[in-house]
Amino acid sequence: MSVVLETVCGGVRLRSPIMPASGTFSHEMENVLDLGQLSALVLKTTTYTSRRGNPVPRVTETSFGMLNSIGIPGGGIQHFVANELPKYRRSGAPIVASISADTAAQFGEMAAILSDEGLAAIELNISCPNIEADGQAFAMSREATARVVATARRATTLPLWAKLTPNTGEIVNIAKAAESAGADALVVANTILALAIDADSRRAELGNIMGGLSGPGVKPIILRMVYQCARKVSIPIIGCGGISSGRDVVEYLLAGATTVQVGTESFRDPTALVRIERELVEFCDGRGISSLRELIGGLMVQDAPAGAPDVDVAP
Amino acid sequence: MLQNTVSTRRNIGGTEFPILAAALPVVANGPVGDTYWHIRLKAATTHLLSRPGQFFQLRCPRSEAGDPFLRRPMSVYAVDTNVGEIAFLYKVTGIGTTGLSTLVPGDTLDVLGPLGVGFDINPEWDHVLVVARGVGLATMGPLAKALHHNGVALTAICSYRTPEATIGLEPFELHGSVHTVYDTDGTSDVASVDSLIREEHARRSFSFAYTCGSKRIVRLLQDLSSQLGFGGEVALEQRMACGLGMCHSCVIDLRRGDTVESVRVCSRGPVFSLGDIVAPEETLSWYRSCDESAI
Ligand SMILES: Cc1cc2nc3c(=O)[nH]c(=O)nc-3n(C[C@H](O)[C@H](O)[C@H](O)COP(=O)(O)O)c2cc1C
Repeated sequence: MSVVLETVCGGVRLRSPIMPASGTFSHEMENVLDLGQLSALVLKTTTYTSRRGNPVPRVTETSFGMLNSIGIPGGGIQHFVANELPKYRRSGAPIVASISADTAAQFGEMAAILSDEGLAAIELNISCPNIEADGQAFAMSREATARVVATARRATTLPLWAKLTPNTGEIVNIAKAAESAGADALVVANTILALAIDADSRRAELGNIMGGLSGPGVKPIILRMVYQCARKVSIPIIGCGGISSGRDVVEYLLAGATTVQVGTESFRDPTALVRIERELVEFCDGRGISSLRELIGGLMVQDAPAGAPDVDVAP
Repeated sequence: MLQNTVSTRRNIGGTEFPILAAALPVVANGPVGDTYWHIRLKAATTHLLSRPGQFFQLRCPRSEAGDPFLRRPMSVYAVDTNVGEIAFLYKVTGIGTTGLSTLVPGDTLDVLGPLGVGFDINPEWDHVLVVARGVGLATMGPLAKALHHNGVALTAICSYRTPEATIGLEPFELHGSVHTVYDTDGTSDVASVDSLIREEHARRSFSFAYTCGSKRIVRLLQDLSSQLGFGGEVALEQRMACGLGMCHSCVIDLRRGDTVESVRVCSRGPVFSLGDIVAPEETLSWYRSCDESAI
């Protein structure tokens, strides 16, 4: 008997714990694999109004990862419902729409608009700038996080996944705020704010100067955040950051994630989602692991102190 | 017009998909001339069918220069369906192409492609112009062959820094007439190329023009095509990540009537109508200081 991959995460039944990460997947992936093989289709973030996106260069590479400042280009929510969403219905895989807006009220409006579109869940990308707070991301503050999640919660009965930013020093408190406000799961996390400079030209590598770091280099940081959050919230955690192999998935499960999302690796290997699932099965079958429950939260901690501190763990 | 060939390829799990994602054996890899390298890969014939102007995303290996994290776009230089080989012509400029140059027969190279849309070719055309510079010549080789197949006469202007850097002339000599111009003797100046094109056009008028490899030449051909009344296309490059149209990294502005639309170079290009390009200066390759890839 092979390991059972099927799982329920934040109100959504998934064939496997491995999903694409928002912004790194779109229907064009069907040119290299069968979208029906994916456990869920997590779509690129849609904004309330249309956006042009950031100036080029929008990506650059670094050791063990990449930086991006795409800037969420798109036609806005109406265009998304009319023109984008229909492209994803054919595959039969559960669809998760990711939304972002300038204000909590707009998040609510978008959640309401998406309520009758046959989605499996809505991912709230609260890692984007909050216009009402001088452009600081919603997920930098407990209050703003709670406001967005609560507003969306009132607007829809669909499962809500809150996607947190790693650019905060208090991710555990943000996670708790999202949970109390009614989130069904947490995605930990979005990209880490970063800067790459070309020493010859003395210019930033990205047109937008700063961008988000992703890829294998961020994995230890995000793993740590998953570990911290999982101990303090009871809703499922979707681990996201630097996953490129089945072993990486196991590490996230051990840290306390229930499922994972894979982003950047799909740019290096566009069939990665299928490969990583196969590697996860091989890992489990080779060790007689029959259920992922045996792994989730299974990090062995020597003499785990009962009241171990959350954040201020000095290295 | 040529139809876009859709052939199927064997990827993961034995299923057929339109785009090949596979590791191909290296047949040969070595320098040609003093500036460029040529790599040949073994592949099943059905995997090789691509339109002139299409490209592949290559996962270049690490070398002492570094570990290229993302793939590098590279346009197809030649396809030999008889022996089942695909070739790329490249200039060693950064960590991607340095890594590529370390491959030897027996190694494999992970490729993704063919990607993007290729050049338009109309068999009704009498005579067309190709202006290409440096490694941009690589993109034009398959085009010269296809034009010849379609009975379209071709005049090529191939621009190089020096006579020693001359490369990729063969397909043009085989299938048309060639002018070579150089920076070292000033013949590659925009003004000289401008009058050369006007002379050739007066001799036998151009129905269409293609270009790749120089932003100045894009500007020049934009002007000439509207003055002299022929259409044209340009193969562009832009820094990209996925190559499939998923990540929206490689965008460029296109003129659409009175408005400007931002489109992805990898999936809507890399070939665009000359007249649609708003700002050729805003295209860039992987390294600011040098144009690494041939797109
Ligand atoms: C090019 C690119 C675009 C992205 N776009 C989005 C987006 O639209 N919405 C979002 O919530 N996250 C976006 N992300 C973040 C990813 O979903 C993911 O959280 C992050 O890349 C970390 O995972 P990874 O290391 O597996 O890539 C983007 C990441 C990249 C690299």
